[in-house]
Amino acid sequence: MSVHINTGTEAAQTVPTTVRASRWPDPRVLAGVGLPIVIALLWELAVRVGLSDGRLMPPPSKIYAAMAALAVSGELQVHIAATLARVGAGFAFGAIAGTLTGAIAGGSETIRRVIDPSLQALRAVPSIAWVPLFILWLGIFETSKIALIAIGVFFPVYLGVASAIIGIDRKLLEVGRIFRLSRFQTARRILLPAVLPVWLTALRAGLGLGFMFVVAAEIMGASEGLGYLLVDGQQMGRPDQIVGAIIAFALLGKLADTLLVLLTRPLLVWQDTARAQL
Amino acid sequence: MSVLEIKHLDKTYSDGTRALSDVSLDVGAGEILGIVGGSGCGKTTLLRLVAGLDLPSEGFISVGGERISGPHPAVGIVFQEPRLLPWLTVADNVGFGLHHLPVAERINRIANALERVGLASYGKRWPRELSGGQQQRVAIARAFVARPKVLLLDEPFSALDAFTRASLHEHLLLLWEQDKPTIVMVTHDVEESVTLSDRVVVMKPHPGRVFETISVTLERPRDHLTAPFEKVKRRIHATLDRSMRPENTPQAPRKSDSGALWW
Ligand SMILES: Nc1ncnc2c1ncn2[C@@H]1O[C@H](COP(=O)(O)OP(=O)(O)OP(=O)(O)O)[C@@H](O)[C@H]1O
Ligand SMILES: [Mg+2]
Repeated sequence: MSVHINTGTEAAQTVPTTVRASRWPDPRVLAGVGLPIVIALLWELAVRVGLSDGRLMPPPSKIYAAMAALAVSGELQVHIAATLARVGAGFAFGAIAGTLTGAIAGGSETIRRVIDPSLQALRAVPSIAWVPLFILWLGIFETSKIALIAIGVFFPVYLGVASAIIGIDRKLLEVGRIFRLSRFQTARRILLPAVLPVWLTALRAGLGLGFMFVVAAEIMGASEGLGYLLVDGQQMGRPDQIVGAIIAFALLGKLADTLLVLLTRPLLVWQDTARAQL
Repeated sequence: MSVLEIKHLDKTYSDGTRALSDVSLDVGAGEILGIVGGSGCGKTTLLRLVAGLDLPSEGFISVGGERISGPHPAVGIVFQEPRLLPWLTVADNVGFGLHHLPVAERINRIANALERVGLASYGKRWPRELSGGQQQRVAIARAFVARPKVLLLDEPFSALDAFTRASLHEHLLLLWEQDKPTIVMVTHDVEESVTLSDRVVVMKPHPGRVFETISVTLERPRDHLTAPFEKVKRRIHATLDRSMRPENTPQAPRKSDSGALWW
């Protein structure tokens, strides 16, 4: 019963699936992964054949041994757990505060004009500068550390959410008006999904900063945590422990970021990510 | 019996621009009204007022006897751009305004509308996977499924090529045949207005007002190549030309003696 002109060809098409470039990974990707491995192996070799004593820059085997020893004694796990707990708590507080403040500032121009200048000024303060004040206010224990991390997470999230709400397509809001959505429905059915991608990007940026700040927080005084391992390694003259802690930081940061991306991916299936990333 | 009544409508924007002046129109049930006119003569303004997206400075609009003071359930609009929500599938976009209905009814209406615009198998796709013409069809389906008494279309096909446009005219008429809503369609394409409309309103700018109304009494479906079609088309073109001429020159300058030399 088709009366229309061009349904035939269109109905026959199927949804184009995301095309993987080929079965073989791009050689450049392999080279990118291989480069640090090759450098590590060369360094190992250089130390083994005596080209360097590896005192200031220990070879991979020594770093591994140091970390393995820490892991066997259970210390490494304690340090990692301490760092993750701090980042997690700081991230949670900072992200919630940043999201709420950003939503309020984005939603009301009056409020934005009042609070944004102050927040921008505070943002300009290098965050480490807060440390002495936080220690005075909150003591040297967990609270001041978590506050510092939360501050680091707060600003990118606040900025991202506020600018996403300001930048929302007014034409889409008009679609909501035409179908007479209430304020709440508009927020849930148009604002929220429209802001979601920017919000998640802001959360990722915040998480990254959270890991930066946990190092600062732990270096300034902690009895456990990967940052403590750094300081301890310096005081004991153990470069292998320092490099090991650095690598652990890198891995944890990457892992947390990947986890955040994976957890939020179902929310963004509608986006043209495949095309955007290629 | 008129479904859409527009009486002495005036619209002056806050910056002082007088977009509409004393516009009055009566549109009957099931009628398709075309609106043509030069750029800036207030066509979009008029539709936005009828849709309740803006408020008039003077005069009033009523739909089925009810005064318009904001978006009204009996009035739908298709904008110049599809304005689909990118995070909803095609089917969910079509059903966007149907959340108050029971699920079964909603699914039914969506499927029916998608079928009529020739996108029956496209329900699960994302808007970004559709061409411009297909997206505009989804937008039209979205407006139709809400079963409005009055449907407003603001140059909905202007961004599309002539061939796509012709097929969209068919899809539009196919949907229209179902519930026969009143349609008000702004276009800058005279041929399009003759193809679809029962009446064509020619508007005049500065400030925007109704210049002349021309009836199109051709049988549907309309063949573009017939003489009567051509005749109506020429008449609208001529009226458009006159509408854009400055007030106090009733005769076109080129019809003067110098013009004769030119010919
Ligand atoms: N929001 C606004 N604020 C101030 N002036 C406006 C606004 N919207 C439109 N106008 C003015 O009102 C007049 C009519 O505009 P409108 O968009 O209704 O014209 P139109 O007939 O749809 O033109 P086009 O064919 O180019 O789409 C124009 O002079 C325009 O500059
Ligand atoms: Mg317009």
